[in-house]
Amino acid sequence: MAKAKIQKKSTDTDMTPFVDVAFLILSFFIMATKFKPAEPVPIETPNSVSSQTMPDNNAVMMSIDKDNKVYFSIMSKSDVQKGKDIIKEAAKRAGVTITDGDLTHYSDGMMLGMPFNKLKSFLALAPAEQAKVKQDGIPVLDSAHNELVYWIGAAKWAFTGEPLKYLVKGDNVSKYPTFSALVDAMKRNDEQKYNLVTMPTDAPQGTELYLDRLRGK
Amino acid sequence: MASLDTGGDDGHKKGPGVKKAKKLSTRVDMTPMVDLGFLLITFFIFTATMSNPTTMDLNMPKDTDKKDEETKIKQSGSLSIILANDNKIFYYEGEMDPTGANFKSATYKDIRDEIIRKKKEVISHYVQDPACEQEAKAKGKSIDDCKQKDFFVVIKPTDDATYKNVVDILDEMTINKVARYALVKPFPTELDAVKLSGGGAAATPATPPAK
Repeated sequence: MAKAKIQKKSTDTDMTPFVDVAFLILSFFIMATKFKPAEPVPIETPNSVSSQTMPDNNAVMMSIDKDNKVYFSIMSKSDVQKGKDIIKEAAKRAGVTITDGDLTHYSDGMMLGMPFNKLKSFLALAPAEQAKVKQDGIPVLDSAHNELVYWIGAAKWAFTGEPLKYLVKGDNVSKYPTFSALVDAMKRNDEQKYNLVTMPTDAPQGTELYLDRLRGK
Repeated sequence: MASLDTGGDDGHKKGPGVKKAKKLSTRVDMTPMVDLGFLLITFFIFTATMSNPTTMDLNMPKDTDKKDEETKIKQSGSLSIILANDNKIFYYEGEMDPTGANFKSATYKDIRDEIIRKKKEVISHYVQDPACEQEAKAKGKSIDDCKQKDFFVVIKPTDDATYKNVVDILDEMTINKVARYALVKPFPTELDAVKLSGGGAAATPATPPAK
């Protein structure tokens, strides 16, 4: 009886589709990625069911880190000079002079968390140096020396006649008194509306909001 | 590596002296390319920020000294929630009993049921308010808002509460569609009650005070 011949097949697999898929995924990720701007302090925000996106222009952000330090950052992409004006004005109100020359290293969205008496020397540092410095945080807890009031006041002044959003970004473990002091600083500037920055989550199942969203409201 | 030389055969000679041109395989080894591709994919997967931060609105009432400008709430329809340390919650309905009989503790999980229950209770007591309903209809809103017009949640975070606690409870208001709520400073009596229930910083000196 003749033996059935087993044909030897090549062990080589055609990798081309594999490569195709890989690069397709790759291009998707390249396009979808938005690089996070370097943050001097990492802040882990709480979750909420809210779905409003965060504005990144015409806004000021007050951040609270896990050690209850407060930072102020100005987001004014279209007009960086505004940020400089706010710093100058805020310092002026606190009795410190800061000139344009001091602000050469200022960039939009920078997190500033120094008391005014230390702000000038901090701003004078090169960006690489600034990143290394552990900032003290803006003093807020002592209501007589709540320096955040000057910051908000200056921002309000610089954005007169323009929409300005106040954002509050707090860390999960930061304590309530700091947030309360922040609210107080806002109130003293006659500002009652602000937004809390959070990470999105889904509405819990079975709740009214969940049912509403199911209905497509 | 994995490619076998399948091309190039030496079946028949063209003749003496004629050198056979060796046929090279047209196959390209793709392995390094795949390696590189996946390396980049992993890099981008790790750096990608898929979920952008969102924001939630918070409107604070203006501080006022005038009594008549203060928001009036019905005691029967109010629910006070006190946020204490270590993610503890205390709550009571209406006015606090001096003996602390209606002062109860809860967790962030079961406070939702409590809010829903109280809301239902208030709605069940609802007496038709044509003026309110008409206004809601004129604005194109549902009358649900009128039904719970007496329902008011007072959120009182103590100094030991964290920011997350506050956001969580505010979120709970959105989830359960509570129309009226406010952030208020707790009264001294409430703080005492919290301490007595073992939720205050004074009762547990082991926890370091807030910086």
